[in-house]
Amino acid sequence: MTSGKVDDSLWEVFLQEKNNSGHVHVGSLRACGSEEALQAARDVYARRGSPISIWVALSESIVASTPADAPSFFDPKDAKSFRYPNYYKVPRTLKDA
Amino acid sequence: MTEASRQFDFEGRIARDEKIEPNDWMPSRYRRQLVRMISQHAHSEVVGMLPEGNWITRAPSLRRKISLLAKVQDEAGHGLYLYGAAETLGAEREDLINLLLGGDARYSSIFNYPSVTWGDVGVIGWLVDQAAMVNQTMLTKCSYGPYARAMIQICKEENFHKRQGMEIMAVLSAGTSAQRAMAQDALDRWWWPTLMMFGPPDEESPHSSELIGWKVKMKSNDELRQWFVDLAVPQAEALDLQIPDSELVRDNKTGHWISGPINWDEFRSILRGEGPCNRERIESRRESHLEGAWVREAARAYEEKCRKKKALERESL
Amino acid sequence: MVWEELRFQALLRHADDRLVLGHRLSEWCGHGPTLEEDIALSNVALDLLGQAKVIFEQSIKTDSDKRSVDDLIYFREIRGYRNVILVEQPNGDFACTILRQYFFDVFNRLWLNSLQSSIDKDLSSFARSAIKEAIYHERHTKSWVVRLGDGTKESNERIQEAVSVFYPLSYELFSQDEIDQKVFSKGLLPNTACFEKVWKEEVALTLLEATLQFPERISTQTLRGREGRHTEHLDRILSEMQSLARAHPGASW
Repeated sequence: MTSGKVDDSLWEVFLQEKNNSGHVHVGSLRACGSEEALQAARDVYARRGSPISIWVALSESIVASTPADAPSFFDPKDAKSFRYPNYYKVPRTLKDA
Repeated sequence: MTEASRQFDFEGRIARDEKIEPNDWMPSRYRRQLVRMISQHAHSEVVGMLPEGNWITRAPSLRRKISLLAKVQDEAGHGLYLYGAAETLGAEREDLINLLLGGDARYSSIFNYPSVTWGDVGVIGWLVDQAAMVNQTMLTKCSYGPYARAMIQICKEENFHKRQGMEIMAVLSAGTSAQRAMAQDALDRWWWPTLMMFGPPDEESPHSSELIGWKVKMKSNDELRQWFVDLAVPQAEALDLQIPDSELVRDNKTGHWISGPINWDEFRSILRGEGPCNRERIESRRESHLEGAWVREAARAYEEKCRKKKALERESL
Repeated sequence: MVWEELRFQALLRHADDRLVLGHRLSEWCGHGPTLEEDIALSNVALDLLGQAKVIFEQSIKTDSDKRSVDDLIYFREIRGYRNVILVEQPNGDFACTILRQYFFDVFNRLWLNSLQSSIDKDLSSFARSAIKEAIYHERHTKSWVVRLGDGTKESNERIQEAVSVFYPLSYELFSQDEIDQKVFSKGLLPNTACFEKVWKEEVALTLLEATLQFPERISTQTLRGREGRHTEHLDRILSEMQSLARAHPGASW
């Protein structure tokens, strides 16, 4: 933590479901320490569905891209179509072999 | 970028139904209105735990006890999701709670009515939660991302609340004559306050047009109220209960059920804090919050001790 | 007593413990120190009520009066209740609630662990499932005992007071009378006296970590909750809990 002050901090919660998906952000909660945050996440966010894993992270530790970053970070996909299969022409005989 | 061009971009995004996210530029008024609206919603969930929470210890069967406890627990969760959504806009939960406890923040008028019979528990689930869902379903499309997403999660959970209430009402109206009377009495007392939940009529609603322009609200108070009435009237009929509105009539052209006049004086007096339970609801929340202060302080103190211990251990390595 | 009645009475004790404790915890709903903890306490309450439900359902299989679960809960007189005195105590403040819950949670985990070997397939299967949530309850309440014990001066004093009040009541969890001994000898339920020592050792470690002490002098009050001799607290619980159901006898809800 950058500041010396301990507070009931804001934590972000990520839940992974049984269906082989990755952890998904589900919301936030308030807790003082990591064990408290983990347990609170289990009690608040894991009451339904089939979660198999929880991550909690201090909100202030999340590094996020800004809206100003967006244009240079996320160029339009169609300009880089060589990253997609349909860009490539393959004879049918080869495709079906 | 100038303020004017930022505003222009923002309006374009709203027009294109793009979501506004926490780090995006937004007019300060948009931010303020959302904090007000989301925190009011959060306060409503938390205060809303009290009228039904009142009956958990007296629930008349184990099934009812478990379902009611799970339902009221969900309301705490909803409040928590919403405080979280408000915090993405720079608000702090503690500050928002202090505004509520100081009488400087609003919550839904409906929770200022007392829940005096088990029938009230049924009606709250059946009608009040259903009315909330009508509003919340609309809000799942709202322009502010975190609020819309919180609404999606809440709507999923709210569905069980409505069903739980409907089940209670169905059992009561098929029960003994005392139970049928209990159900009717509860409907008589909660019908009109539920209609008032949607807020004042459109012509008297100061924030509505601005919120509609920002796609925070997508329908007006009256439209939502009508939607709810059209849902509830056939349900009451199916339950063999009478809606306490002698002027309720069906418009055969539109298919809508048209209500009689609402007593807006009652609504305004509730907003002024003169309702039957306004003081008790806030007192109860204030007591819990004050009682909890030493607990929260202890958790902080313990965590601080742990951090210091870890720091010392690292230094001594 | 015939076997059926023994079995019924023995199971009732454990169902009543969880019903009454679950009911006590449910009183916190809407009043918790934080929203997170309000939800957490309700989770424990729901789990305990769920455990009570299963044990009640097992018990009524051999009730000679053929009562339903709701009949037992809502129409039994106080002298028919068989919970320990510990669980009917008022919640007090959060420290009291957490400390009492922690004492019970350690016991419950030990009891369920042992119940997994019951000759009764339904009970052993129930135990295998319920122990998972019991392990979590213990983790949760132990965390709070340590936080409060080693938190502020105020929190330490409050939870130390709770230890003094509840420790003398805890021995009843481990008492075994003739009924308990008979059902244990038939392999149905655990002999709770067997885990009193390990319970004390585990609790002692937690209290140490929490900078708390066992009380110096322990009054030896005779506790007879298992025989249906209760305090006024249970009377008040039942008056409230049973009031609506009793006002409409025969009604369905």
